[in-house]
Amino acid sequence: MIADWMSGLLDPFNYPFFVKGLVVATLAGALCGLIGVYITLRGMSYIGHGLSHAIFGGFAASSIIGLNYFIGAGVWGLASALAINRVTRNRRIGADAAIGVITTASFALGVALLTRYGNKGIAFDTALFGSILGIDASDIWALVAVTALTVAVVFTNYRALLFATFDPDVADVSGVSVARLDALLMLVLSLAILATLTIIGVTLVAATLVIPAVVARMLTDRFSMMLRLSTLLGAGSGFVGMYLSYYLNVPSGTTIVLTGATVFALVLLITGGRRLYRVAGLDHNEAGAPTPVPTPS
Amino acid sequence: MTLNAADDVLVTISGATFGYDGLPVLSHVDLSIAATDFIGVVGPSGSGKTSLLRLLLGTVRPQHGSITRRRNTAVAYVPQLETVNWNFPVTVSECVLMSRTKRALPWASRDERAEVARLLDRLGIGELGNRHIRDLSGGQQQRMFIARALLRRPQLLLLDEPTSGIDVASRHDMLHLLGELNDEGVAILITTHDLNGVAAHMPRLVALNKTVIASGTPRQVITPTVLERTFGAPMEVLEHLGMLVVLDSYAADSGKASA
Repeated sequence: MIADWMSGLLDPFNYPFFVKGLVVATLAGALCGLIGVYITLRGMSYIGHGLSHAIFGGFAASSIIGLNYFIGAGVWGLASALAINRVTRNRRIGADAAIGVITTASFALGVALLTRYGNKGIAFDTALFGSILGIDASDIWALVAVTALTVAVVFTNYRALLFATFDPDVADVSGVSVARLDALLMLVLSLAILATLTIIGVTLVAATLVIPAVVARMLTDRFSMMLRLSTLLGAGSGFVGMYLSYYLNVPSGTTIVLTGATVFALVLLITGGRRLYRVAGLDHNEAGAPTPVPTPS
Repeated sequence: MTLNAADDVLVTISGATFGYDGLPVLSHVDLSIAATDFIGVVGPSGSGKTSLLRLLLGTVRPQHGSITRRRNTAVAYVPQLETVNWNFPVTVSECVLMSRTKRALPWASRDERAEVARLLDRLGIGELGNRHIRDLSGGQQQRMFIARALLRRPQLLLLDEPTSGIDVASRHDMLHLLGELNDEGVAILITTHDLNGVAAHMPRLVALNKTVIASGTPRQVITPTVLERTFGAPMEVLEHLGMLVVLDSYAADSGKASA
């Protein structure tokens, strides 16, 4: 009986598409978990959500004109991210309003274009919710490249990124180029969303950015540990979620997110909610808004 | 080697005017900071204290006038505690180390770890390196930020209200610590609202309200005339055991010293 059970568990490994999907989902989860630490600590969770929707507009446009969607949606997403960052820094309107206008309009444009002209690339459902079947070699290479770039950015700018995330104004006067780091973070965020588009889907990617980081924050008070834990939790959610996707026959994005949400609920249960206060401060800094002094006296 | 007077000056502000959206915040400000200075800047809310810090830090430029810094002058800044996200996941050591951004590797070198340990010991929080920043008292949090600033080995240290939100004993310790740092060769400029607890103990004071109203020793600056011009309210100045004590008119009427 145990042998049958084990055989059932190992059965999906007979299918190359599943193995490929499992590797990609694990890598995508780790990538989102890593970037998610910076996104959540900067109070930019909503940017991840909005940006994924903005990228959908670029995905639709590139699909219609026959442009490689990595290029089309990438440029579109980066432009949206920089626009949000700029509008937010000007402080004329809030970050939430800027994201609401720019990204939702882009998403609406994408839906309108695809409805009107039909798509010639990735299926509509795959772009929205992710799919185990939507992975090809180019997806894998793109994901590997983006992951390598992100790790390199985090590795070589570790302290400057930490300083700019914790204390942007003081970092700015301490020789850290906060504007450059903001742009760099927006670039890797856009690329990460793009590279995980077919696995997780635009509507669910925000959760893979936020959940591992929030759970990691509940488990540690140390930044370096939070980075490691969030990456591991993201990878674990990707692995288990993709596995469940095969058995439950539902889009991979949904099972990856539900796995992460289950881990969040478990940690909440085990800690009795005592560590929720740590998460409460995550939105202390509004996206891009320089909070700590000096402000005009 | 002795420095001549010109070499000794770290920053000179000459006739600086600065404002936001056309509204002047500072007007015709003249101020020079020498390498040995320990300066307190006093003034009411909206007097331009923080804008003066911004000018000194170089985050804003004067619309008129000029600022001259001595070449290679390292300036470090300590923010107000009220502005910090205390739920941010960093330990004291991580917080101090973040200001050493030149190293390309994420982890601290052996020399850096030793330097941070020395600094934390020097500031009296040596055993707290692995604590989360929220778990420190107000005075310890202030010392942590001073350690972060000192790791940059500054010649000029700017502190925004460093005694705000900490108890009396910690305030005394803080002033003593800043005095020691000054003796070791770090020029210090702090802003403060606290006339009796802080300003009266400074070697040099600057009274600011849009412009420099007066500059000099506490006895030259803490006078009824200067205080009224600076704060816009009549104040009395008494002397008690050789110390200056400021009473505002309301407190004087009811027999209480102003804070």
